Amino acid sequence: MILVFVETDGSGATEASLETVTFARDLATRESGDGGGPVHAVVVGALPDGTVDQLGAYGVTEVHHATGEAFSAYGGAVWAAAIQAAHLATAAVAVTATGSPRGNEVLAHFAARLGVAMAANVVGCPTPFAVAQPFAVSRQVFGGAVLEEMRLDDRPAVFSVAGHAVEGAPSTSTTTATLREFTPEVAEADLVARVVSTEPGEPDRSGSLRSARVVVGAGRGAGSADGFDGVVELAGLLDGSLGVSRVVTSLGWRPHHEQVGQTGSRISPELYIPCGISGAIQHWAGCASSKTILAINTDADAPMVTRATYAVIGDMHEVVPAINEEIRRRRG
Amino acid sequence: MTNVLVCIKRVPDSSGEVLLTADAQAVDARFVGFTVSAHESCAVELAVRIAAAGGGAATVLALGPAEAVEQLRAALGVGCSAAVLVEADPVGFGPADVAREIAAVVAAHQAAGRTYDLILLGNDAADTGDFQVGIRLAYELGRPVVNGINTVEVADGAAIARGAGADGGVETYRVPLPAVATVLEGGVEPRYPTITGRMKAKKITVEVVEPRPEPAGSGRVLLTLPPAQPSSVEVLGEGTGAVPGVVDLLRTLGVIR
Repeated sequence: MILVFVETDGSGATEASLETVTFARDLATRESGDGGGPVHAVVVGALPDGTVDQLGAYGVTEVHHATGEAFSAYGGAVWAAAIQAAHLATAAVAVTATGSPRGNEVLAHFAARLGVAMAANVVGCPTPFAVAQPFAVSRQVFGGAVLEEMRLDDRPAVFSVAGHAVEGAPSTSTTTATLREFTPEVAEADLVARVVSTEPGEPDRSGSLRSARVVVGAGRGAGSADGFDGVVELAGLLDGSLGVSRVVTSLGWRPHHEQVGQTGSRISPELYIPCGISGAIQHWAGCASSKTILAINTDADAPMVTRATYAVIGDMHEVVPAINEEIRRRRG
Repeated sequence: MTNVLVCIKRVPDSSGEVLLTADAQAVDARFVGFTVSAHESCAVELAVRIAAAGGGAATVLALGPAEAVEQLRAALGVGCSAAVLVEADPVGFGPADVAREIAAVVAAHQAAGRTYDLILLGNDAADTGDFQVGIRLAYELGRPVVNGINTVEVADGAAIARGAGADGGVETYRVPLPAVATVLEGGVEPRYPTITGRMKAKKITVEVVEPRPEPAGSGRVLLTLPPAQPSSVEVLGEGTGAVPGVVDLLRTLGVIR
């Protein structure tokens, strides 16, 4: 049995968690190997209405929901204690989560508590999973510039699944998931490092960048802190968010929460419009899952241009204001 | 007084083209040079600020080859006052091994009367991206750990740490010292070394420690480069001449009406 730590937001399981459930289901149903058996989910804290049915549609047969005062606020150790209790109850042979900040954190706690290895940001499995066989995973290292094949001999096999490694897809066979509520006992020590307060983010913080349908990007080509008027206006006209490359935040031109890349936000918009961004691998790591990329750059050989879907070869300071003008003109 | 230990890692600078060594076990960094991750530069900055505010000292530690002294000296140059090198080829050390080595140094220093109230690490190393050394270290030491924080301060025997929550808000943790925290870039601006800072750094003797034999290893089989994607870009034109085509495209994609 494969146990997936599923994260929820206001409406149900997160997109990334549904991808991980899909990944686990694919692993469990491979023809060779024993696949590890059915897929169970474990949810800690809030379980929005409809989540159990949603997970059932993705092939989960049982949802373990950890309830109790101990889980009212987030803490890596105490949430991992809940995963540990669910693992003990189910004897799962593999435990996984999405490679989100929280997914990696909770899994790392879980792996440390059990004294087993953990592989972060897995994108595929070269060999089928079998309980008693060597198991290897392929995972992202160097911010996605390099893939590592890693052996994961410990059981349970603990690994996180990189965002967008697979597309989330409901199961073709109908499954009804059963809900099993449980309230694990937790040690005092596990309650020490919990969130004590949360302030809501500012309206334009990275949360909205990550979920934006359209992102307009700007890099070194902006030229200075005063070079963002055009891209800010374009983002506004397209009802999108502004994202910037690392050099822009390092130079202090824009705040860090607008940064897209390995050490910033990872975005997956319908359309990304990088302007004056050459496309270093660290930036690519943050924007590779954009559905369509329209690059605006003076250098036709820049990696951002060659990897884009569409490109305009030109200076962003000329092209972007002209696009804004044309959009306004057509709107009348 | 707050004494801080900050852990860094010498990693190949992978901002340009990445090449692998012939045995596919490491990135070939002969032509790109070495650095530390942006997360760790921020961790060093936080360590120096906390030590200065509390009248304590910041010690920097790395597990790596003899050349990692270069990265340790850079941290000494911005205000750390002692450095420890666990001299080892990091390729043979998995995250659990590294955590054990750091814990061994902490225990040895404690036995000699040097204690660390707060241990800072990067949230994840820029090369191996394991996302777990800080957490495993906390379990080795039996200390609480907060992960992925942008800022941390010490007040009344506790670390007050702030970081971004899952929904974009700012989350605050308050944990009693001694504690471990892992840092994400974005909360502080790392300072540049001054000339006097560099001069001072040169005079500090780096403590070199031997790791324990036979680490468990990382499970690495080999490294590969992702297959290069052939370019399929459609160039819409040059300069402002491309603009009508761009706006047509925006309409086709449904982002404007």
